[in-house]
Amino acid sequence: MEAAQAQWVKVHPLVVRVTHWINAFGILIMVASGWRIYNASPLFPFRIPNELTLGGWLAGALQWHFAAMWLIVINGSVYLTYGIVSGHFRRKLFPLTPGAVFRDMLRALRGQLAHEDLSVYNAAQRAAYLAIILCAIVLVLSGLAIWKPVQLQEITAIFGGYESTRVVHFLAMALLVLIVVVHVAMVILVPRTFPTMITGRARRTS
Amino acid sequence: MKKRTMETSLAGHSPGLVRSIERRLFLKQGLSLGALALLSGCDPTDDEGVQSLLKGMSRWNDRAQGWLFNPNKLAPEYPESAITKPFPFNAFYSEEEVTLVDGKDYKLELEGLIREKKPWTLPELYGLPQTSQITRHICVEGWSAIGKWSGVRFSEFLARVGADTSAKYIGFTCADDYYTSIDMETALHPQTLLTFRFADQVLPPKYGFPMKLRIPTKLGFKNPKHIMSMFVSNEYPGGYWEDQGYNWFSGS
Repeated sequence: MEAAQAQWVKVHPLVVRVTHWINAFGILIMVASGWRIYNASPLFPFRIPNELTLGGWLAGALQWHFAAMWLIVINGSVYLTYGIVSGHFRRKLFPLTPGAVFRDMLRALRGQLAHEDLSVYNAAQRAAYLAIILCAIVLVLSGLAIWKPVQLQEITAIFGGYESTRVVHFLAMALLVLIVVVHVAMVILVPRTFPTMITGRARRTS
Repeated sequence: MKKRTMETSLAGHSPGLVRSIERRLFLKQGLSLGALALLSGCDPTDDEGVQSLLKGMSRWNDRAQGWLFNPNKLAPEYPESAITKPFPFNAFYSEEEVTLVDGKDYKLELEGLIREKKPWTLPELYGLPQTSQITRHICVEGWSAIGKWSGVRFSEFLARVGADTSAKYIGFTCADDYYTSIDMETALHPQTLLTFRFADQVLPPKYGFPMKLRIPTKLGFKNPKHIMSMFVSNEYPGGYWEDQGYNWFSGS
């Protein structure tokens, strides 16, 4: 029997892997504690079940939120700086055309999207990862604007004032959570991608 | 217990395989523990180590907010038409339990690092130069409301009584057993007012008669109502909500 020659290809650089997992941990804390904070004064006619939240009560949730805030911002800055300076974003997320995104999303829905080479993202992935980055930036900015509507009132004004900033912060969270759910679902459908985000390597059989 | 069962059942297999299976089981159990913690409401917040970490971060956030605080940055002011009606009542008790302070016998007590500790009656306080502001009150819960308050600039009052403005804190005790404290920089901010009127009327009991310290650069719970005494100190005085875990600086 002739076994195919296994060939390891580098898929994710170390900085991306480390910041990815720190970010995953940080986002989990921010979302779960944020849901508890939301419950203290819901913007919409629904509450998040307390079982899904973090902090036990408002004060606890605020402590988590404003502690993990530093983790998210520092880690996110490292990731963004690396992504821009190293050319990682340019290589991995671009070029990106609406047509290609639409085509690959349709393929994904039909289960026809191939993942032979994990080092190259398809257009649906590129759009999703770029959207997550943009969501995170909006979340940080709107979060700062809610936290400091006097000291950072210029940012609050960009979002249309204190009350509308709360809505922006919530909607950006909702979009981010939606993309993360799809992201995790895709990882479950293509489990090969999971160890790759830990080891950085993928086996390419040729 | 679990580990022993696993070892017995895996006896006879190669050590490498056992290790790899153990690793997988560990990962699986770890993941399901996390899920269980989330689902059972067994909150990691209760853990002692986590508690001290969170409290440490809250103190760090006090300092960070102190650095971020710009004494010349003014809170946005609004036109009369923007005032929220009715303005919400908020306290750690219900509106029926509002404390009624008798204005006739009332005297504001001063303690700590203050030169002139003579108590102040309401007519004396009303005689100080008065100013008004229409600003947004932002609650730690997230909601906000715009109101109009009138009173004396707190910096003006502190100057008149000879408060040591190089001290770190000013603490307040209130008729409703509430207490809180603020940093000196915020106390001296031009929009920090010792207010006696709300919406051009004498402050009603539900909004803090006889006086409320209005601080538009801080969250609502940092604005004490029914103030009976205040003291200037270099020792951290804490507060009703702050002692329960709410962030002390709570700046806006």
